[in-house]
Amino acid sequence: MSTATTAASAPASAAVRPRPAHFADVVRSEWTKLRTVRSTFFSLLAAVVLGIGLSVLISAVAAHNYTGRLSGRQVQWDPTRLSTAGLGIAQLAIAVLGIMVVTSEYSSGMIRTSLAAVPRRGWLLGAKSVVYTAVALVVGEIIAFVAFFSGQAVISGLAPTANLGQPGVLRAVAGSGLYLAALGLLAVAVAALVRQAAAGIAILVALLYWPTNAGQDLTNVVRATHSLGPWAGFGVMCLFVAIVVVTAFVLIERRDA
Amino acid sequence: MIEARNLTKRFGATLAVDDLSFEVKPGVVTGFLGPNGAGKTTTMRMILGLDWPNDGAVTIGGRSYRDLSVPLREVGALLDAKALHGGRMAYNHLLCLAQSNGIPARRVDEVLAIVGLETVARRRAGGFSLGMGQRLGIAGALLGDPGVLMFDEPVNGLDPEGIVWVRKLMRALAAEGRTVLVSSHLMSEMALTADHLIVIGRGRMIRDTSVTDFLDSSSQQSVRVRSPQAGLLAERLRAGGAVVTADVDGALEVTGMDGEAIGDLAAAGGLALHELTPQRASLEEAFMELTRDSVEYHASGTVTS
Repeated sequence: MSTATTAASAPASAAVRPRPAHFADVVRSEWTKLRTVRSTFFSLLAAVVLGIGLSVLISAVAAHNYTGRLSGRQVQWDPTRLSTAGLGIAQLAIAVLGIMVVTSEYSSGMIRTSLAAVPRRGWLLGAKSVVYTAVALVVGEIIAFVAFFSGQAVISGLAPTANLGQPGVLRAVAGSGLYLAALGLLAVAVAALVRQAAAGIAILVALLYWPTNAGQDLTNVVRATHSLGPWAGFGVMCLFVAIVVVTAFVLIERRDA
Repeated sequence: MIEARNLTKRFGATLAVDDLSFEVKPGVVTGFLGPNGAGKTTTMRMILGLDWPNDGAVTIGGRSYRDLSVPLREVGALLDAKALHGGRMAYNHLLCLAQSNGIPARRVDEVLAIVGLETVARRRAGGFSLGMGQRLGIAGALLGDPGVLMFDEPVNGLDPEGIVWVRKLMRALAAEGRTVLVSSHLMSEMALTADHLIVIGRGRMIRDTSVTDFLDSSSQQSVRVRSPQAGLLAERLRAGGAVVTADVDGALEVTGMDGEAIGDLAAAGGLALHELTPQRASLEEAFMELTRDSVEYHASGTVTS
């Protein structure tokens, strides 16, 4: 290779203006990592298609059966909830991708390269958390609002619809995105603890029964019996997520990579 | 400059690295040598802050790796060519590493050109051969133009052309005054690349020496001698205290006396010499002798029939 002799002496433009690396650099790096693997695109596509598609389907079926309902059950009619019902499936895609963002580094060995580049492990995990939580929030809000408006359009003319001006509706729809963001953060933290995809997914699916279901109160307009209420329920979920996140940050510093 | 002081690492009951102290100096290629399982990779992982030592410490330019503010500008490391996400394109793999240290993206193109991967930059790294993977790993190590470089078994999986390329690269990097630490379990490879050797076995220091001293100190020195009066010469040599064995081709294998003494002795006795060749034990033999007691897994040596 003729390049061999010039290799080391090739002028390094990198050395022109050295400056300390910042947390923002690590965030930019993590964003690049996330957007440059195909699994990100496919997982998020699955979340969007399933989240919106199922919501519309469920809304349509329910609206067509509306006139057949008993009058008592017509009172419990919650068009907001119906039109965002697909988020129950979308959340699985968000959770799985959040786990893969961390565990793929461990299974591939990339984590050693990543930690050699960013030995401040808190920064690495922090940047991953920030990037993925933000992506889950944006995608979650898109799914929630698109599903809501499409669902109402399908229901319209067949049954009573909801609009964002009604009490609790905007909170429920926007809250669906918040819930997915919190779930995404939880997935990253759980994965950082277990480092292995299968274990991470199993744990997260178990956690969907409790305590993360408390967070789903935020996504309902009509308050379910025995529930904590929207913000209290979401608060419980966030508290739990915070505990897992703090544990993950403490342990990643102490364990061998 | 890398400095290790009493580095010790335990994995359960196994002592992987046992009280290792050494310095890796700039300007030369230091070979880090030992049989498989000797603790080379574990030591390198501790240098990079990936594993915590149970005892002791290692610093780079006086600072612990985790305290480096821009690590890639100070230390470039290739630990494992497959330590990357196979679904990511080579360019993007290097880009995310560069970004994490605030290194401009144009440097990615530069290092891709240095290792000769510019034409496959947009291909997924998972489809790379081991040799291409090694080149990509080396590109990552060069990203920050660092003063300290570490390579763990860099020639593994490379074709002869690639091996020569890596060898030249290491030497060029050292010639520029950088600190270069290269691990290998192949003594012959180190003989061609390294100036200095750190030999370990079962986690313990065996030898910290220059390559020349290592060779000179090897116990297997002998001299090959041919003479038309071989029988007479052998007699004189034995009388002079040497150990002489006859080779199948009639030459004599002499140990315990150097070439000068043999020549003088022959001249004094009026005996003609047709060959007088100092035989260096091959590096591989010297290395095997040195690490015989510290090899983790022995082949049984003989096959019973």
